[in-house]
Amino acid sequence: MSEAKIELRNVCKRFGKKVVLDGINLTVPKGESLVVIGGSGTGKSVMIKCVLGIIRPDSGEIFVDGKNVLKMDSGEREKTLRKFGMLFQGAALFDSLPVWENVAFGLIQGRKMPRKKAKDIAIEKLAKVGLGAEVGDLYPAELSGGMQKRVGLARAIATEPEIIFFDEPTTGLDPIMADVINDLIVSSVKELGATTLSITHDMASVRKIGDRVAMIYKGKIIWSGTRAEVDNSGNDYVDQFIHGRAEGPIQMEVLKP
Amino acid sequence: MNVFAIIGRVVLSTLAEIGALSRFTWNAVGHVIRPPLFWRLIAQQMMRIGYFSLPVVALTAFFTGGALALQIYYGGNSLNSESIVATIVALGITRELGPVLGGLMVAGRVSAAIAAELGTMRVTEQIDALTTLSTNPYKYLVVPRVVAAVVTLPALVFIADIIGIMGGFVVGTQSLDFNPGVYIKNTADFLKYDDVMSGLIKAAVFGFIIAIMGCFHGFNSKGGAQGVGRATTNAVVTASILILAANYVMTSLLFAN
Repeated sequence: MSEAKIELRNVCKRFGKKVVLDGINLTVPKGESLVVIGGSGTGKSVMIKCVLGIIRPDSGEIFVDGKNVLKMDSGEREKTLRKFGMLFQGAALFDSLPVWENVAFGLIQGRKMPRKKAKDIAIEKLAKVGLGAEVGDLYPAELSGGMQKRVGLARAIATEPEIIFFDEPTTGLDPIMADVINDLIVSSVKELGATTLSITHDMASVRKIGDRVAMIYKGKIIWSGTRAEVDNSGNDYVDQFIHGRAEGPIQMEVLKP
Repeated sequence: MNVFAIIGRVVLSTLAEIGALSRFTWNAVGHVIRPPLFWRLIAQQMMRIGYFSLPVVALTAFFTGGALALQIYYGGNSLNSESIVATIVALGITRELGPVLGGLMVAGRVSAAIAAELGTMRVTEQIDALTTLSTNPYKYLVVPRVVAAVVTLPALVFIADIIGIMGGFVVGTQSLDFNPGVYIKNTADFLKYDDVMSGLIKAAVFGFIIAIMGCFHGFNSKGGAQGVGRATTNAVVTASILILAANYVMTSLLFAN
């Protein structure tokens, strides 16, 4: 395994009485693509937001390129954040800005690039995700869900980040569009040589974009291995999840009639 | 249920809310005084908060000035009403009614709009997206609104003062048959610089309250459409109450001697 790009050590977070992360240990090696699978409400999103510094964990350590992000001052932290790009579950496009400005946002605001130049780059990135230049002048509300996701992807890769997070990239899309997004993710990540951390519960997506897979359950990583190993992990939890069975060790908190 | 438990919970949640608000305000002010500032956004917010509030504030001031003139005339001794009406309208509008009613009207219009906009951005993860694009949400969203409100509210109230006094003048000369020249002379003789200035200082403070309450409730909204609705209501209610409370405190301080 090459050096660790991102490392989480014993990260804990609770909201009130609810324990969301219960000692997460996870390593993403440089240049690899790790997919974290797990059901809804198992703490996947919270984990990613901890790494980004949007949520502060109660205890534990998070390293990016060997540096503990939780001990950084705001200047260092801002510098570290520039290494990141993220595709949000609902795309999270700024609906007050036209599409091109969404894509160029990190360049204009974060990197202080002149608007004209940033727009050219934005159009180029839109082309990479299969959208024409004319889409750039539309507003996010005028786009379909699949197009919004593609714009979100263009925005995430626009600053050519070293690390990209994908939060349920295919949720809410039809299977064909989901596959298009998966392909775009694979090709753009390969082109950038980026390290990626994705969270999803879509197995088709896992098999396509993940080099390694880890499973989160009740705030802990209960299994991890390569993509090939996921089908014969010998772990009942993983088996139940990838085959989507209601019966098994994972009990949904559903009241039986 | 135990009564003490309820009291305890209410006290704790109130204190937590005050703590959160204090921290939010501290952060916001910290970013106002630390460059860089987004001038484009400040200008845009000045248009939205100041310019587009003009009709509402102007109408409020006009009718208030008119009603005030009538009340003083009917309630007062009609022998020297001509000088009293002009004086009290001028003092009442510039010292209290202009800033307070103007502030309340803008609170209804602007706090609600800010809370709804930022609340929607919060629940659709747009605020988190700002962080991942190396843009500080306080700098990008809160500071422009706070600066714009603090700058434009005094300007709005200054205009409201003029229009309010004009309202009194119109009613006085048209329906109470006062002499226009005498009315203006009485107003000019009694109105002092300090009266107007105290109102403008109040207006700046009210502007701060309006923007901070809108931003705070918007930033902390959760739980979809209903959460955004609740944030909007809370923003308007808390802004209005704080304006009235702050007005009392400032009146007692500014006019103590």
